[in-house]
Amino acid sequence: MSLPRAVTHLSRMSGTVNEMNSPDHFEPNQKPATAIPTLAQTATRRTQRAAATALQRIRQSHPPSSRIPDAAFSVLILFTAISVFAIVVFVAWQLYDKSRLSLHQFGLAFFYGRDWDPVNGDFGAMPFIYGTLVSSFLALLIAVPLSVGVAVYITEMCPIRLRAIISFLVELLAAIPSVIYGLWGIFVLAPLLREYVEPFLAKTLGWTGFFSGPMYGIGMLAAGIILSIMVIPIIASITREVLTAVPQSQREAVLALGATRWEMIRMGVLRNARIGIVGGIILGLGRALGETMAVTMVIGNRPEVSRSLFAPGYTMASVIANEFTEATGDLYLSALVQIGLALFLVTLIVNALARLLVWSITGGTAGRARA
Amino acid sequence: MLKQPGDASAQNLSLWRRVTDHAATWFAMAAAVLVIVPLLAIFIYLLIKGAGSINLAFLTQTPKPPGELGGGMANAIVGTGLILAVASVLGVPLGIGCGIYLAEYGRGRFGDLVRFTADVLNGVPSIVIGIAVYGLIVIRQKHFSAFSGGVALGVMMIPTIARATEEMLLMVPNVIREAALGLGIPKWRTTLSISLRTASAGVITGCMLAFARVAGETAPLLFTAFGNQFWNLKLNQPTAALSLQVFTYAISPYDDWHRQAWAGALILIVLIVAAVAAVRIVTSRGTLKGVS
Repeated sequence: MSLPRAVTHLSRMSGTVNEMNSPDHFEPNQKPATAIPTLAQTATRRTQRAAATALQRIRQSHPPSSRIPDAAFSVLILFTAISVFAIVVFVAWQLYDKSRLSLHQFGLAFFYGRDWDPVNGDFGAMPFIYGTLVSSFLALLIAVPLSVGVAVYITEMCPIRLRAIISFLVELLAAIPSVIYGLWGIFVLAPLLREYVEPFLAKTLGWTGFFSGPMYGIGMLAAGIILSIMVIPIIASITREVLTAVPQSQREAVLALGATRWEMIRMGVLRNARIGIVGGIILGLGRALGETMAVTMVIGNRPEVSRSLFAPGYTMASVIANEFTEATGDLYLSALVQIGLALFLVTLIVNALARLLVWSITGGTAGRARA
Repeated sequence: MLKQPGDASAQNLSLWRRVTDHAATWFAMAAAVLVIVPLLAIFIYLLIKGAGSINLAFLTQTPKPPGELGGGMANAIVGTGLILAVASVLGVPLGIGCGIYLAEYGRGRFGDLVRFTADVLNGVPSIVIGIAVYGLIVIRQKHFSAFSGGVALGVMMIPTIARATEEMLLMVPNVIREAALGLGIPKWRTTLSISLRTASAGVITGCMLAFARVAGETAPLLFTAFGNQFWNLKLNQPTAALSLQVFTYAISPYDDWHRQAWAGALILIVLIVAAVAAVRIVTSRGTLKGVS
């Protein structure tokens, strides 16, 4: 306990003692019925006197001026804490303020309008929302099994010596900037997809309609793959944390019933950790929805809604990145900011949800998203 | 695994269980390999394509006009340093302060709110923060600037540093605080010179991780720092940054610029990996471990 707090604590203590002896509690003329209250009264009086002397001593050794730095410090610290809160509120207000024009002009129709025609001042965000949702969903489809697999491998299967190395490598994946993923996507992944993967998919799964049309390499599929590589470290590290939090006794109990290792993992570990894993997946989704540079570089940037994953698309974040500095006219800029506002609100909800889920498992201390 | 000879159903079950067990093991191992392959691929490509292009000219010259061979990214390297310096000046004190609040003062409901907000801020897309800073600074100044880029990145550093600082301070044993207070040291002094000092290794780790995270950030710089083909050392002028330059060069149609994009990316990743590796060394030496 800090000194000022000790002081207030002591004064509060003596205050309660005072109250107990005050006329409100004991009527002045009423004599004590037995000798015991008198004893108690002298005892409390003695404590009171001791407390008062202690208080006086502390006050003498610490004049009020010495409490000023403490108060100033706590105000300063409180100010920094409020600043974080203020930043989020400010960002929200800025987005609302700058998108007011477009909000008035289009209202909710903005979000299902399919035309994006800056020349004629006609703006609809549907192609971007579609692109964001499809690329993120594709990313999760690839990333979830892989990251849960790698987390299970790290916590349950691999030799202890490998454990630190693999988790370090996975965390390193999170430290690579997205522009480098994009660079790699343009010059390595896209040609690879164009020459080998897309012809193969077209031949085997072309009948579904998802894998047809001209093969550029660059397009929705490339964006999904790049995004999946980027969200794997997030989902994997949260899953690893949650799996580690499962008590060892759970594993031992299931093993003692004669389960194989997989049955132990499935029944004893994954089932207990499922809420936390879902939290990690939602957190990964939040990252995928807002990811900008890598996606912009490989998705092809064409505002179209197309069934084929080979076709180029566009996402909410990448249209802002590409057109914000070139936007001519207030309405155009306002429409772009409105996309930003939608992105902000969606990621806000997604992240809040994920945090609550992860917190419910790890108790609030863990849950750092990025390495 | 128990086997009962002669019991067909038990045999079948046992086989199924054995197969799933092996399949799960193989799947988990394959997942680990598949996750690490892209990482290795990216590093190998960066080394192969980037290392050859890093030379004295690249490190000392400014970009040549489009189509001309040669030139370098010296101004972008300095610009990145400038922006990161502004970001650190803003982000580190606010982040550490917020972490101190969460660990030492914020045990109540407001503390939970701040903690939650910090986590939410961590998840806000960087491009959205870029828009907000554009509205706050760029529109008022009427031109792009290194300062606005630094502010955008600094804001992004705060939540990471705050949460790391909080975690580290919570690991400092209370006995140490009580001993300090018992000696009559005021609380602010105890927090700064005793608690924070004890947790310094972890706090530095948090700062370096935040630094590494924003060092390669591109999206918010597109409309704050904007980029520049020439030297700039002024805070209120548009500035080149490595990540921006890599982006511009990568989507350009010139082969020579592609080559330079790889080189710039290699320098960027060396910067970041050096920060992360420094963190590893500091944490393995320090008294407190925990942030990885």
